[in-house]
Amino acid sequence: MRDVAVIGVGCTTFGEKWDTSFRDLFVEAGALALEDAGVSGEQIGAMYVGNMSAGRFIEQEHIGALIADYAGLASTHIPSTRVEAACASGGLSFRQAFISVASGLEDIVVAAGVEKMTDVASGASVDALAGAADREWEGFVGATFPGLYAMIAHEYMSRYPLTREQLAQVAVKNHYNGARNPIAQFQQEISLETVLKSTLVADPLRLFDCSPITDGAAAVVLAPLEVARKFTDTPVRVLASAQASDTIALHDRRDISTLDATVAAGKRAFAMAGITPKEIDLVEVHDCFTIAEICAIEDLGFCRKGEAGRLTEEGVTALDGDLPVNTSGGLKACGHPVGATGIKQVCEVVMQLRGQAGKRQVDGARIGMTHNVGGTGATVAVHILGV
Amino acid sequence: MVGIITYGVYIPRFRIKVEEIARVWGANPDDISGGLGVYSKSVPDLDEDTATIAVEAARNALRRRAIDPQEIGAVYVGSESHPYAVKPTACTVGEAIGATPTMTAADYEFACKAGTAGIQTCMGLVASKMVKYGLAIGSDVAQGAPSDALEYTAAAGGAAFLIGNEDPIAEIHRTCSFTTDTPDFWRREGQDYPRHGGRFTGDPGYFRHIDGAVRLLFAQTGKGPKDYTYAVFHQPNAKFPQRIAKMLGFSPEQIRPGLVVPRLGNTYSGSSMIGLAATLDCAKPGDRIFVASFGSGAGSDAFDIEVTDAIESDEFRRGAAPSVEKLLENPVFVTYAQYARHKGKIVMQK
Repeated sequence: MRDVAVIGVGCTTFGEKWDTSFRDLFVEAGALALEDAGVSGEQIGAMYVGNMSAGRFIEQEHIGALIADYAGLASTHIPSTRVEAACASGGLSFRQAFISVASGLEDIVVAAGVEKMTDVASGASVDALAGAADREWEGFVGATFPGLYAMIAHEYMSRYPLTREQLAQVAVKNHYNGARNPIAQFQQEISLETVLKSTLVADPLRLFDCSPITDGAAAVVLAPLEVARKFTDTPVRVLASAQASDTIALHDRRDISTLDATVAAGKRAFAMAGITPKEIDLVEVHDCFTIAEICAIEDLGFCRKGEAGRLTEEGVTALDGDLPVNTSGGLKACGHPVGATGIKQVCEVVMQLRGQAGKRQVDGARIGMTHNVGGTGATVAVHILGV
Repeated sequence: MVGIITYGVYIPRFRIKVEEIARVWGANPDDISGGLGVYSKSVPDLDEDTATIAVEAARNALRRRAIDPQEIGAVYVGSESHPYAVKPTACTVGEAIGATPTMTAADYEFACKAGTAGIQTCMGLVASKMVKYGLAIGSDVAQGAPSDALEYTAAAGGAAFLIGNEDPIAEIHRTCSFTTDTPDFWRREGQDYPRHGGRFTGDPGYFRHIDGAVRLLFAQTGKGPKDYTYAVFHQPNAKFPQRIAKMLGFSPEQIRPGLVVPRLGNTYSGSSMIGLAATLDCAKPGDRIFVASFGSGAGSDAFDIEVTDAIESDEFRRGAAPSVEKLLENPVFVTYAQYARHKGKIVMQK
């Protein structure tokens, strides 16, 4: 297996992009990534694109070919593949691209993610997203994602010491980071009180505990490490790529306050990279809800179960803490265009490791991790990148 | 100079509180009132509809000034809730005020701005001397589906403006419009309630179009927010007009007299016109009033208005018809059940 590096990243701004179409989004992100890598279209050997539900959101399927076509590559007939694993589609797209390069089959490969969610009313997007859970046993009986994560939060809070204020601090921290990220959907800092007084969505989760509905796209370019320096002075190595699955329905899990797929993917990633959690300088975790960030920090092995709330309150996960979590603003503040999120996480870590993260730069960051979850944890992708 | 000869408003006396609607649907009233800035909305009586409201508003306009109704050569009624799909409300109004038969008439629909489109039409007819007076009315018994966000604000009311060029109480110096095909809110033929694109009604709808019309008018007149005493914007809730005013550089004081939505709700085609009427209720000669309506679908009409000495002359009797404030006073609050009956939501027999 060959060593693989990320040689270019690109990301659209995230938000309610009413005047930007699905096609505009991925063309913009792809062009930014190719420009960053100094790669021309003809040099691309293959493309992967993470997308959860273009069929529901814009009534368009066959995304792989569409992207190659609108990237101007139809005449090169490159293999272009859509990858779908709900909100983990982006993470799996990156992993497929990594495998493609590592195997020696392709040299220059693009991994992208895109979601255009605001062409439908919010009720329709909530229902499309519910397809990431078990439609027969969860969706049909009324469970939505806020409801399912609220159950996780209830179970967690009944077993571990987590206060409502500590949970809210996750959103406060992520908005602080988002306010320092030019692509973030939400550019304003918020107070603890704002979270605690926001509309109740699914007890105990309030509006500001939830990630928003977002349009956006992200793309990265991968190459064999041995040739990466021909394209860039700052290649970022992919130290590990891991993926795990679990039961699709939350109620079939061994313990709903722990995402076992996160535990499994995290262990595999650390083993593959040959490092321990202590060596990670920053991590982008899948905070679709504030409780998800709490669980992720613990399930990835950064602390023991029940400690993440206190660590968040103490500022350990803040931008200037020992383990900065979600420097991009996370799904909460940067936004969550579901298929693009996993790729955006890679973009963020690459920019941090290159020292290009501006006001949210983590000083001296050398190793970063991404954690991308599909559904309530039925698919998890974890990657470790380093310089 | 073409301008407003007289004006009149009608608002049904019944109100329902937002908290009463929230109670029925199990929603948190503080979230809704806080989010919309609306506390109650007007409710029509059992026998009130867009036509009766339009007639009352027109009669209130004529109470304020001795106008021979036979000299009214055009009647336009803008509404989203005309009682008939085919058969004009404007004819009913024309007949009721004695303007028939030597007049032209038509019903307008442009979501919440059909009434101001009527003002523009009348301005053209008056300026070209095709008619002496034109009557433009915005009137609605607004529809909002049960439990939809619209139900908390969709109200009933109307305003009538008589347009002419002899001794107006307020001159309309200029008007312009900003219009695109933007599907932010719609109701198809035969449907009872409108549908909307949720948050899409905000930035790409309301804010883009009002901003477009206002900037166009400023560019044409060379004027800015500081040149106006008052400003009135379409008010589907209290937050939108306050935000667009701030975005454009108008102060809270400038929009205060015309901001009637917290107690009244959104009277759709009546909304910005009742706001203008409330502003005229307290205006003095020389005051300049800026108005920008908004209609989904979507467009905005902007107006540069200057109040004249005629508003305080003997020919115009402002007190001869109730002010907007008077119409908002002493409401009769109804329960959701009464509201459902008044709005015809209870099916008596199929």
